[in-house]
Order: sequence, then structure tokens, then C-alpha cells
Amino acid sequence: MAGIAQEKRKSPVVDDKVHTWPHLVRVEFLVGIFVMLVLILWSLLVDAPLEEPANPTRTPNPSKAPWYFLGLQEMLVYFDPWHAGVVLPSLIIVGLMMIPFIDINPKGNGYYTFKERKYEILTFFFGFHVLWVSMIIIGTFFRGPGWNLFWPWQHWDPHKVVALTNVDLPYVLGFRDYFWSSVCGGVVVFGYFVVSLAAFYLWILRVKGKDFLERWGMVRFLITALLFVTMLSLPAKMFLRLAFNVKYVWVTPWFNI
Amino acid sequence: MKKWEEIKRDITENQVWKAIFRHGYEDTPRNRVLMVTANVWLHLHPAKVRRHGVRMRFTWCMGGLTFLMFLVTVVTGIYLMFYYRPVAEYAYADMKYLEFDMPFGMLMRNMHRWSAHTMVVFVWLHMFRVFLTGSYKPPREFNWIVGVLLLVLTLLLSFTGYLLPWDQLSIWAVTVGSNMARATPLLGHEGPFADLVGANPIYDARAFLFGGGEIGPHTLLRFYILHCIFIPMVASLLMAIHFWRIRRDSFSGPPL
Ligand code: HEM
Repeated sequence: MAGIAQEKRKSPVVDDKVHTWPHLVRVEFLVGIFVMLVLILWSLLVDAPLEEPANPTRTPNPSKAPWYFLGLQEMLVYFDPWHAGVVLPSLIIVGLMMIPFIDINPKGNGYYTFKERKYEILTFFFGFHVLWVSMIIIGTFFRGPGWNLFWPWQHWDPHKVVALTNVDLPYVLGFRDYFWSSVCGGVVVFGYFVVSLAAFYLWILRVKGKDFLERWGMVRFLITALLFVTMLSLPAKMFLRLAFNVKYVWVTPWFNI
Repeated sequence: MKKWEEIKRDITENQVWKAIFRHGYEDTPRNRVLMVTANVWLHLHPAKVRRHGVRMRFTWCMGGLTFLMFLVTVVTGIYLMFYYRPVAEYAYADMKYLEFDMPFGMLMRNMHRWSAHTMVVFVWLHMFRVFLTGSYKPPREFNWIVGVLLLVLTLLLSFTGYLLPWDQLSIWAVTVGSNMARATPLLGHEGPFADLVGANPIYDARAFLFGGGEIGPHTLLRFYILHCIFIPMVASLLMAIHFWRIRRDSFSGPPL
């Protein structure tokens, strides 16, 4: 008995627990009521849209996916559907599921901290806010007929002329022969991955140190690096498109990237 | 004051009242625990929680509110199901009927729609909160995975529901959203290497989703069943696991 009492005195925290009823239930209840009130008010004031009956022969311009998928539709501008619509979304889902296994930092479990996990948070912020959310905003507010860019206050002119001057990267680099263009594209894509993986390695080595890399292990490193570099390929391609009108980097008979 | 006490006693001390409520609520620690453990809805909670877990600034209430939005869509959705027929000839007319003739039809439809959208936003915010507090770290890795599946299901629920009004907005949004399926590598007829597996327009990933080569009445039925039965069932199952695991793995919090 005395032993237990002594134990208790030694540990710095006393019991910091409170009863769920009423402390937690009260908060949940009030917040729930508040949100329900807002929802009902919103539903009284704003009607859900209902347009003309479905007509498969009349395609609206632009046809927009539901807003939460506009990030994907926006990626279609830069990549072909098999990549932007299938491969990248799958990688997003798999990548999210990987997070608990590639993040071995034991700190920051159960409390808010930026200092102790700067890079993790910045990466998530970049993927979620900068890429996903901003693509949705662009898709929702800045895309008009022909999926052209319009300001939200600008008149949607369906006849807006946008010069189609996009060319493939090998062409820009001077390749004219089909076979060698393809080889060049492959080299560029593989080169991108090799160079950025190496850069990623050096970067981790610098900011986290050798110890960390050893604890992290090869498999975790490779998965993280591939996901990270693939994520960066989106802004990279956007840059190539917007700055140099590059359509594809790699053209093959089977797929284009 | 005397009078008040008497009225109170008159109301609570008779056979009918006692038959329903048994006894009054006495604010004792034991009763506080019982309120939670003996209540079928509240017993998902632990009897006691760490102080920080009660604070809104820790959870932002986002997990619970996502669940609340789900419940709202279930309740309003059942109301809508009474009046809606997933048949191409009727679906749109039923929407009009629901909006103009059904008591509270428009309100129910609006609440269904807006709570579905809100649920998508809340589930993202919830994920963001869980990421920021590092609550996916051991031992909660598995619950994070369940969460990611719930996130995907939430999006699919919204997406399949989008088709049901059968208006221009819905079929074209769903067409655009599903067109990517035909570009699936190997499995879509426009995807890379499709000829290796022999995918063609009426026999590929998109046709499987649509129930045919083009979006049409068969697609409507398919999406209806996915939206009203299949995905809600799977999502409910995963939510049950999700909530169970929150208890099992113990709720995250600052180290003691
Ligand atoms: C339909 C969707 C979801 C529902 C209804 C839901 C519900 C909840 C609830 C009620 C909690 C309790 C704490 C809180 O409110 O924050 C919770 C915790 C948790 N959720 Fe979710 N959630 C959903 C989706 C997700 C997603 C998308 C993720 C992550 C990708 C996720 C991961 C977690 C984790 C790891 C916890 C434990 C947090 C901790 O211990 O601090 N959940 N969830």
C-alpha cells in the first residue's frame, strides 16, 4: 500500500481524466446542435441544383466533374487519362495508407507540434493544400468552356481562341525521328527519377543525418522517395507545360507521359 | 419556491413517471460512469477521457461531425427513397415531384445534398487533424488505413449519388468522372496495353461500372444500388471497425 502511494507521488502527473458524462458528451451535443442548425438554415435558404432532364446528345461545355474530383480533372490537363485519372489517384490512396509506415519519427504522437516534425508536415501541406486543394479551386472557379482559363468574373466566351502550340519535349530538344524521340523521352523520364531520387537521398542525408537513414532502411526510403518524386512530377510537368508548351515528355506507341 | 418543489414532486413521484424513468438522476461519480456505459449510444465512449480529449481544439470535433453528417444523409436519404424510382423514365419526374409536391421534399433533398458535401469537407479536415496530431503513429496505423478507405468511400458515396437526379448536371459530371475508367491500363479500352487483355468499349472497366458501353438506364440502377445499399453498408462496417479501434488503441494524446 505504502509502495503504491509512493509510486503515485513520484510520477509527475496526477489523474488528468474527467468523466465523459457530462464533460465530453456536453461538447459533442452542443456542437452537434450548432452544426445541425447551420445545416437546416443553409438547406432552407439554398436549393440543391436541378437542371434540365438528362440528354445524352447534348454535351454541356464545360462538363465538370463534381467539385471534389476537380483536382483529378485538372490533372487531366497535364497528363493523359490513364495517368491522371487512374495511376495518380491510386498512388494518392496507396501513398496515404503508407504514411504510418514510412514515418518512423516517434515524436509528435498525440499533440500539435511543428518543430518536431517539420518535413512531414510540410510535405503533407504541399500535397494536400498546395496541390489538391488549389487544383480544386482552379477547376471550380477558373475553368470555362473548352476547359480554358477564365477569371471568375470574366464572361465565358465559348469561342475563345487559344493557340494550340504545344509540342513534345523531344521535338523541342531537336529530335525529329520517331524512334529516337521515344528513346529520348524515356531517357528524360528515367533520368528525372534517377536524378531526383539521388537528390532526395542527399537531401535526407543532410537534414536528417546518416543515423536516421540507417534506422529508416532501404525499403522505407525507396517507397517514400518514389512517392515524393512522383508527387513533384505534377508541378514539374505543369511548369514544362506553362513555360515551354510541352505536351508530352515521353511518347511511345502504347502510352504518353 | 415551496410551490415549485411540490409541483416537481407531483410530477415525478407517481406510478406513471416511475414506470418510465425508474428513478431520478443523482450526480454521483458512479452515475456519471453508468450514464455512458449503460447507454447503447454513448457506450462507444470510454467512461473517462483525458482532459485534452474534451477540448475542441484537439479534435476540432471533425470525426464526430463527419459521422453526424453521415447520419443526416442516412435519415434524409431514406425519406427520399420513398419517392424516388431509379428508372430513367421516372427519375427526373420524381425529383420534380419531390421538390414541388412532397411535404418537406425540397428541404429533405437540400439537407441530403448539403450534408453530403459537408461530409466530404469534414472528412478531409478530420484527416488533416489526425495528421497534424500524429495520431496515425503506432499503435494507430491500422485505424489510419481504415480511415483512408472511409475517405474513398465517402467520395464514392457522393459521386454515385450525383447521378441519381438524372439531369444534365448529373449525367455529364458522372460521364466526365467515369471516363477515366476507360483509360485504365490493361482494363480500359483506351488505356495502355488494352489490346493485350482484349478490353473493348462494351467490355472494359468503364462498361463494368456503367453496366454497358454508355451511360444509360442500366447505369442509373447500378449507381442507385451502389449509392443506397452497397457503399453505405461497407462504410457502416468500416465505421464500426474505426470506432472500435479508437477505443482499442486508446485515443491519442500528449504523453503522460
Ligand atoms: C467516414 C469517415 C470517418 C468517420 C465517421 C470518422 C470518425 C472518427 C471519430 C469520431 C474519431 C474520434 C476522434 C475525432 O473525432 O477526431 C476518429 C478518430 C480517428 N480517425 Fe477517423 N473518421 C473518418 C475518416 C477517417 C480518415 C479519412 C482518417 C485518416 C485517413 C481517419 C483516421 C482516424 C484516426 C487515426 C483516429 C484516431 C485519432 C486519435 O486517436 O487521435 N478517420 N475518427
